[in-house]
Amino acid sequence: MITRFLWQGMGRNLRLFVLLVLAVGIILPLLNQLLPSNSPFYVPAWALQLIGKYLCFASLALAVDLVWGYCGILTLGHAAFFALGGYCMGMYLMRQIGSRGVYGNPVLPDFMVFLNYKELPWFWHGFDHFWFAAPMIVIVPSLLALALGWFAFRSRVTGVYLSIITQAMTFALLLAFFRNDMGLGGNNGMTDFKDILGFSVQADGTRAVLCFASALALAIFLVIAGAVVGSRFGKALTAVRDAESRMRFLGYRVEGYKLFVFVLSAAMAGVAGALYVPQVGIINPSEFSPGNSIEAVLWVAVGGRGTLIGPVIGAFIVNFGKTWLTGALPEVWLFVLGAMFIAVTLLLPKGVVGLWTQIRTRGATHKARAPA
Amino acid sequence: MPFLRPFAGLLSALASVLIAGMALAVDLPALVANLTTGSFGDRETAVGALAASGDARAAPILDALAAGQLYVRKSDNTVVIGKPDGNQLALTEAISGKPAGSGSEAELDRVRVNNRLRGVIEAAVGSLTLMSPDARVRREAADALFKRRDASSLAALDQALAVEKDPRIKRIMSEARAASVLASDAPAAQKVEAIALVRERGDRDALGVLQATASSSDGEVKVAATAGAEAVRQTLAAWEAAQNVWYGISLGSVLLLAAIGLAITFGTMGVINMAHGEMVMLGAYTTFVVQEVIRTSAPHLFDASLVIALPLAFLVSGGIGILIERGIIRFLYGRPLDTLLATWGLSLVLQQAVRSIFGPSNREVGAPSWMSGAFQVGQLNITYGRLWIVVFALVVFFALILLLRRTPLGLYMRAVTQNRPMAAAMGIRTPRVDALTFGLGSGIAGLAGVALSQIDNVSPNLGQGYIIDSFMVVVFGGVGNLFGTLVGATALGIVNKFLEPYAGAVLGKILVLVFIILFIQRRPRGLFALKGRAVE
Repeated sequence: MITRFLWQGMGRNLRLFVLLVLAVGIILPLLNQLLPSNSPFYVPAWALQLIGKYLCFASLALAVDLVWGYCGILTLGHAAFFALGGYCMGMYLMRQIGSRGVYGNPVLPDFMVFLNYKELPWFWHGFDHFWFAAPMIVIVPSLLALALGWFAFRSRVTGVYLSIITQAMTFALLLAFFRNDMGLGGNNGMTDFKDILGFSVQADGTRAVLCFASALALAIFLVIAGAVVGSRFGKALTAVRDAESRMRFLGYRVEGYKLFVFVLSAAMAGVAGALYVPQVGIINPSEFSPGNSIEAVLWVAVGGRGTLIGPVIGAFIVNFGKTWLTGALPEVWLFVLGAMFIAVTLLLPKGVVGLWTQIRTRGATHKARAPA
Repeated sequence: MPFLRPFAGLLSALASVLIAGMALAVDLPALVANLTTGSFGDRETAVGALAASGDARAAPILDALAAGQLYVRKSDNTVVIGKPDGNQLALTEAISGKPAGSGSEAELDRVRVNNRLRGVIEAAVGSLTLMSPDARVRREAADALFKRRDASSLAALDQALAVEKDPRIKRIMSEARAASVLASDAPAAQKVEAIALVRERGDRDALGVLQATASSSDGEVKVAATAGAEAVRQTLAAWEAAQNVWYGISLGSVLLLAAIGLAITFGTMGVINMAHGEMVMLGAYTTFVVQEVIRTSAPHLFDASLVIALPLAFLVSGGIGILIERGIIRFLYGRPLDTLLATWGLSLVLQQAVRSIFGPSNREVGAPSWMSGAFQVGQLNITYGRLWIVVFALVVFFALILLLRRTPLGLYMRAVTQNRPMAAAMGIRTPRVDALTFGLGSGIAGLAGVALSQIDNVSPNLGQGYIIDSFMVVVFGGVGNLFGTLVGATALGIVNKFLEPYAGAVLGKILVLVFIILFIQRRPRGLFALKGRAVE
């Protein structure tokens, strides 16, 4: 019943889009699994991995859009939540290696043996069970977002200041995770994963399932975001974005609205990060670098902020461009990325989706005029 | 003016060298020849005479004699020093110090010494270096004796003290004497007196002497030495704190340089310029290019390279800043978050452009001679490079204050910042002022780049390392307030350096970041917030 309620709450376009995402998530892995490798429709495993990666990025972009596009909080630290979710997953995967590591220690991961750890640090306990790691993927980023947001929103830190704080947060985490005595692998991070839930991470079947899981997660996030945005709560949220003081004078508890959406968004980013890690096979502190967070903001800006479809499209466009250009013309990529930042802010404030609606409405007015 | 002190020291050292050079030349060969003949008694006199000559060349000869390495070559009766070299002896002429081939023991006569003579020689060598005409040698000898703290050097020190003119060396000698007294079996009263002298010296070596004395003595000497060691430890801690403050000020001046341009663009214009770090980077690369040109075409100008680079860096970064303002930022006024994204993109473009032109690796920027080296103030170690950067940061800072408060451009800038429509109504061309303000902020970043090229790696990523710190400084100090930036930069620098010894460099930085994040929650407008309507 709830599902039906959510489903009907969404617009027609969004409904179609969710179906499209799910279709991609189901059909591509099936093509990979069912067809022989010489068939023209066969999807190779690397493509599946790439699509899975893009789907995770799209979830991150959606999370950024929820706070930036609908609540006006420009976060420059969302990659930190993404990476924290990734680290939780990484810790689980590390424990699954067991005694198959280079040093063959059944309890300690390789890097700890290497760094002369005698026993497992306290925060590693429990991560050998998936039932423990899975909620942690949501809880750890949410707690950080809760703490930061509670302090920041309560003291009415807004706009640029908030952006700088979030950037400082991810920068501090970057420095912290680089330290070897954090007990999280230092600058090498964690890699050489073997199993997830008993299945080999390298196997094509696992990749197919992970790709599907990423699509499913994105679809669920789209539905949740659609429900939040479309509700009375969402209307108030948009109002906070546009006129925060006015909302406050009208008696709304602005902090509460912001905090809820900030934490929800951090949790989404965390799950996206957790799905990302087994697909790329590594997690290291560079995921925290401020540049990553800003790039995520660019995906939203390119796709169109304040729409739910936009960030997904933006994430796919930018990342496809990145994959293609860093392979073909590595020198040019940063020029293109930089130019995209400038062009989108100057020329396309509503992103690709905005451009599309602009063209369509212009066409519509054209048509409407034609008979007269 | 404490920083003039090293110059004074240099001057006095120079003077004493000149005076010594005028001393009468001694007949060294004759004295050395006396060493090799006669009885042990005669040789003792000869050693004394050599020591009295104060000739620096005598010291190695006496050293060789004590070690049994002084020989007379049978073939031509020259006095040589022989160092074992395989089966043979590698020979050098004793007086001239020139190599004299090699020879076996059979071709040479060893100049014999006995234990008594050895004692005499040791004292003679000590006093010889203590009596050396070269002030630096005397000083080193006294320092070495202080560290050796050997009762047997007392006589030589007394002798040297009697004739020493330089008060600073005299002081070191009396300290060395005190250390020797503490090692001897002198009466307790003398030792307590000596402890007071060593205690006044107050450095790490003094601490060592006092601790050794405290553990090897008893009674009032032990009490005095323990108290002395404690006092020295406190002095050392104070100096260490002072050194940390200096490091902090030095780091603060770097932060100030990087942040001050940002304080203009962010603080007065409200523009978030994420490409600010790249302006710094461009300034550093300008310095590199200037130095390359100088190296190839006018090497004698090398010491002036930084002075030449300063205006050029200001023009390059400032010019690019004006281009950015005219081309991008003026379309985005009132949309700070969009400005942030656009300038971030710009920073990527600038980084990649520099990487394409100059290559991704670090570029070598040399230090002119007046920026290398260091000097001591008490126990403080201060390098000239850092000192000049601190001075430079302050000069830039106060020049900027003057510009804002005393020139028409500064007046216009403040007017436009405070009330744009009113300023426009008064006939100020606000777009032009905007462009100039942004150019000024960027130009100052270029100046910072010249300074930073001296202490950081000049690479395309140079600017990225400073951008977050600079924002922290501006936000911490209070937006739109230059003095806030000064205080913020210095405070953050010092706090950072004080945290480092306890928490390590990285953790210290993290703590500072966390502190600022919490601080902004408390005072969202920074330390020195603008009050009144101008805020909104």
